[in-house]
Amino acid sequence: MSPIRFSPSSLKEGRWYEYLIRFALGGAATVFTGLVSSRYGAFIGGLFLALPAIFCATATLIEKHEIRRKSEAGLAGERRGQMAAAVDSAGTGLGAIGMLAFAIVFSFTAGSSIAAAFMGASFAWLVVSVTAWYVRRKARSVRRVRTVQEGSASSIRRGR
Amino acid sequence: MTEYVIRFLVGGTVVSAFAMLGDLLRPKSFAGLFGAAPSVALATLGIAVYQHGAGYAALQTQAMIAGAIALAVYSVVVCHLLVRAKLRAVTATLMSLVVWLIVALGLLIVAGGQT
Repeated sequence: MSPIRFSPSSLKEGRWYEYLIRFALGGAATVFTGLVSSRYGAFIGGLFLALPAIFCATATLIEKHEIRRKSEAGLAGERRGQMAAAVDSAGTGLGAIGMLAFAIVFSFTAGSSIAAAFMGASFAWLVVSVTAWYVRRKARSVRRVRTVQEGSASSIRRGR
Repeated sequence: MTEYVIRFLVGGTVVSAFAMLGDLLRPKSFAGLFGAAPSVALATLGIAVYQHGAGYAALQTQAMIAGAIALAVYSVVVCHLLVRAKLRAVTATLMSLVVWLIVALGLLIVAGGQT
């Protein structure tokens, strides 16, 4: 069974102004990149194509939703919120490898065909990101099993 | 002026679409991949190709390589600040922007890229 699933109910957790903030941040980041490119050139402007401006809003919203969910159950959710945001940022780290693949593929293929550059780069982002996530997940589960096995082996030895 | 209005609308729409897709997906670590989706890049490169041509967009993506490496470092720093220093998400993500900028510009200087 695939560990990846859709959770449509999570959209209900968001407030309208939260979506508006993300829209405004996304628009502002795109305008900012355009301004930097026209002022300092395409090369410096290109750096800001990977600016984590949206991530700041996303991580804050994840933390806020987790805290809200816990407070509705009468619990303090600050720590849980921080951990949820940390898990998201770990995923973003893996996504950055995909973004790296996007940039490399685009820069190599843009000269020959721009349509192929967009499609190839997007596909590279998706494949590399998902593969990195899957490899990390597998590595973590193998490490967890090994830790459990070592723990039970040492308790058996102590029992003898 | 019209150019920047179009940039704002296109950027906002693409970023929101990727962010909503991230909201819909579980587990959270997988949804986090969409935090590094090339949403701003897709919007900006589309406009760059239309206005300046493929060469200009290709040059931008060469610099984006440094930005993406800096993003990976940034994510690790944010993760550690949240788990170990127990900072709030807004503080950790904003403070770490300095790290992103230093790493990105440092890589650009090392690569010796100037136009």
